[in-house]
Amino acid sequence: MTATRTGAGPTLRAWLLDPAPASRRQARLGGWFRAWLAFQRNTLGMVGLAIVVLLVVIAAGAPLIADPSTALTQVLEDRLQPSSWAHPFGTDELGRDIMARMAFGARITLTIVLLVSLIVVPIGLAIGLPAGYFGGWIDAVLMRLTDIFLAFPRLILALAFAAALGPGIENAVIAIALTAWPPYARLARAETMTRRRSEFIQAAELQGASHLRIIATQIVPLCLPSVIIRLTLDMAGIILTAAGLGFLGLGAQPPSPEWGAMVSTGRAVLLDQWWVATLPGIAIFITSLGFNLLGDGLRDAASGRG
Amino acid sequence: MARRLAAPLRRLGGVVFSVILTFLGLTAVTFVIGRFMPIDPVISIVGDKASTEVYDRVYKELGLDQPVVVQYATYLSKVVRGEFGNSVMTARPVLEDVWRVFPATMELASLALIIGVLVGVPMGVIAATNRGRVVDQIVRFMSLLGYSMPVFWLGLVGLLLFYAKLGWVEGPGRLDVAFDDMVPTITGLITIDAILAGEDEVFFNALGHLILPASILGYLSLAYIARMTRSFMLAQLEQEYILAALAKGLSPWRVVWVHALGNVWVQLITVVALTFGSLLEGAVLTETVFAWPGLGLYMKNSLFAADLNAVLGATLLIGTIYIFLNMLSDIVYTLVDPRAREPS
Repeated sequence: MTATRTGAGPTLRAWLLDPAPASRRQARLGGWFRAWLAFQRNTLGMVGLAIVVLLVVIAAGAPLIADPSTALTQVLEDRLQPSSWAHPFGTDELGRDIMARMAFGARITLTIVLLVSLIVVPIGLAIGLPAGYFGGWIDAVLMRLTDIFLAFPRLILALAFAAALGPGIENAVIAIALTAWPPYARLARAETMTRRRSEFIQAAELQGASHLRIIATQIVPLCLPSVIIRLTLDMAGIILTAAGLGFLGLGAQPPSPEWGAMVSTGRAVLLDQWWVATLPGIAIFITSLGFNLLGDGLRDAASGRG
Repeated sequence: MARRLAAPLRRLGGVVFSVILTFLGLTAVTFVIGRFMPIDPVISIVGDKASTEVYDRVYKELGLDQPVVVQYATYLSKVVRGEFGNSVMTARPVLEDVWRVFPATMELASLALIIGVLVGVPMGVIAATNRGRVVDQIVRFMSLLGYSMPVFWLGLVGLLLFYAKLGWVEGPGRLDVAFDDMVPTITGLITIDAILAGEDEVFFNALGHLILPASILGYLSLAYIARMTRSFMLAQLEQEYILAALAKGLSPWRVVWVHALGNVWVQLITVVALTFGSLLEGAVLTETVFAWPGLGLYMKNSLFAADLNAVLGATLLIGTIYIFLNMLSDIVYTLVDPRAREPS
């Protein structure tokens, strides 16, 4: 990424960093470039970015890394093999290749993370924006609702939901999303309140823009950066909760290669074949560490502490 | 005097009001979950071979013909009186079951919290006083590791390493079978009961079982406590009174650990209370890994037995403790910190 941007010569860099941008596009691209420069200085943040990019690459290229059939087909004579050229991470209790399963498991993890984000952000914005924009009793009611959900223990509630809706990856996503939205509502409210009295909002109001239009075109874009940073920091928690549900048998169901479920099945042979349980766990750990590092780096870059 | 008390009283009133609302919300959620359940509650009682008349009678007895609001009110009045129904699995009242297993969780979570505070607070203080230096980076990275670690996996690795390979700690469970029922149950916390009974051997066995799961849970709480301590301390160290104390000739050690840390305790109370809540949650996974017969394992087993009464009872109990801890930290904060008493 660095090579394409800075390698294009000093002219592009100068154009991006121009203190007096000539167009809206130049200003916007320049803003992103400055943020990137600030972020780039953060080594740990860059490590996090590399981990997340690697995860996406592994998920996208899973069929290239490993034969899809070895992830699911049971080869009982090959069960519980230690590391070898044919199976770098060994095989599990049904003779399936653990590396292949971990690669395909990356897809499940990313899917969960993506689906939760797609549910959580709109709910958070839908609650937080009107609360901050209109204030008064709307604010009081919506925030009281948010407080109620905020005071719930997340994993326990997700457990109860998963128990009621039945085990499965979709229900795990719904359960996590239902307990994860309140911080976004608070964030959107706080951001909205700081902008509500701004002159550009008053200008839009004087031009006759409707409330909905002002919220959608003026306020939402201003909220998004902090929402994205918060989301990145939350990813680790979402991944850990999903893996925890999988470990308890309430997330993705067998034979799906979900990492938490893989750790759970490896428990039975932990003492003799340690790799079956520990390797998928390392994948969970590195992935959530990657999102934590990336989120920390983004937050530092945004707050100007390079 | 009356005017000085008015603001905190109003604040306390607000806290209590929001606690009641949150509790109502919590019961509403468990009530909805109870109705969501794809199991017909009538059939689970009478069986699917029952005649229509029997079915209809039980349907009425359970109040399912009433409007939803009335059903919720009935449910709420039962919950307040501690009637969560009987557990299908153990055939005992859920509340009785929960009280029986709760001390095990308390013992685990309390030791974890003690470890978290005793290690996390000094770590945060040291990080803050060495801001930007290597020590600070190490503390920051260690907290990040804690935030990123799947607790169930850490538990398994810990068992593999410290129990199976090194033999430093005892295995899963709370006590070796040989020591079962050797000390009378007084507090339900085996380590304390063993001390009270004067049984050294039982105490050390129980501690050997307890230390690994508690350390693992403690490490997770330590991550949060260290991070928050660091940021609270940084805010204090920037204050002018620190400069004044140093100028007066006090030793830097005293200024940091007595003066600055002394002002941070109030904020830390909130953090510790919230940590305790999250430890109760983490207990579900840890107890599963360590076969620890506490609330978490009870809840997990009930889940797979489709024992809805038990699951919702445990959810309500943990949720209520969670809400209560939130309230407690709010109130303590108001009482201890004069700044929080001023009307905003």
